[in-house]
Amino acid sequence: MPGLVVEREVLIEAPADVVWRTITEPDQMSQWFADRVDLVVEPGAHGYMQFGDQGGPVVVETADPPSRFSFRWNYPAGEEPVTGNSMLVEFTLTPESDERTRLLVTESGHELRDWPDEEKQRYADEHREGWAEYLDRLASVHAERRPG
Amino acid sequence: MTTPADDELWSAIADPSRRQVLDLVVSNGDVSASWLAGRVPFSRQAVAKHLVVLERAGLVSRRKQGRGGLYQVQTDRLDRATRAMAELAAQWDRRLAAIKRLAEAAHAENKIRRRS
Repeated sequence: MPGLVVEREVLIEAPADVVWRTITEPDQMSQWFADRVDLVVEPGAHGYMQFGDQGGPVVVETADPPSRFSFRWNYPAGEEPVTGNSMLVEFTLTPESDERTRLLVTESGHELRDWPDEEKQRYADEHREGWAEYLDRLASVHAERRPG
Repeated sequence: MTTPADDELWSAIADPSRRQVLDLVVSNGDVSASWLAGRVPFSRQAVAKHLVVLERAGLVSRRKQGRGGLYQVQTDRLDRATRAMAELAAQWDRRLAAIKRLAEAAHAENKIRRRS
């Protein structure tokens, strides 16, 4: 997954369909995400999210109940979001049992379509860490090297 | 939401070859382009290009010395980027915690409703 920014997960004591409704129904979304959510969860649907006095458009990319939901945001006004000009948020729901669901979220950007395939493969194979982990590691290497 | 300055940073570190160059600058400090070129599996020319992008993103700076100059990491920028990423991760952790709370409450309510 080139351009991975952040990857987090949580274990929820509820079935996948309940978790699905929590992450996709606008009145539920407004309780954990934006202050106001105007969105129909269908592939290609355009919506809007309001955060305080700021807001921005979103476009649904994948809606595959109850296992995958993704949308693009953070793209320049007036443009259609595509790989390279936007951030992609992806939710993956995996049932662990009838009443337990693993929810994974990733946020990624700049997938750099112009990379050679072998670079992409190498990245996918070796670089499962997100940018946060990468920067963390870099900062600690640097701190260790610094005298005193 | 990310800012344009962040975008430049993310593009700079999204490229695996560039990360290799940055890794070497961070762990060795004060290194020249030709020293770097001897330690990566790509051309000197590619190293020079990566250094330009890293410099533009503010992650490394160049000190004049000899023909090509020496590169070192820009600590401030690296620290700020690290904090920004940690904050983004924390933000998703808060959202996931809220989703967990909401979904578990909804599930408990469904069970009660089914029983009555």
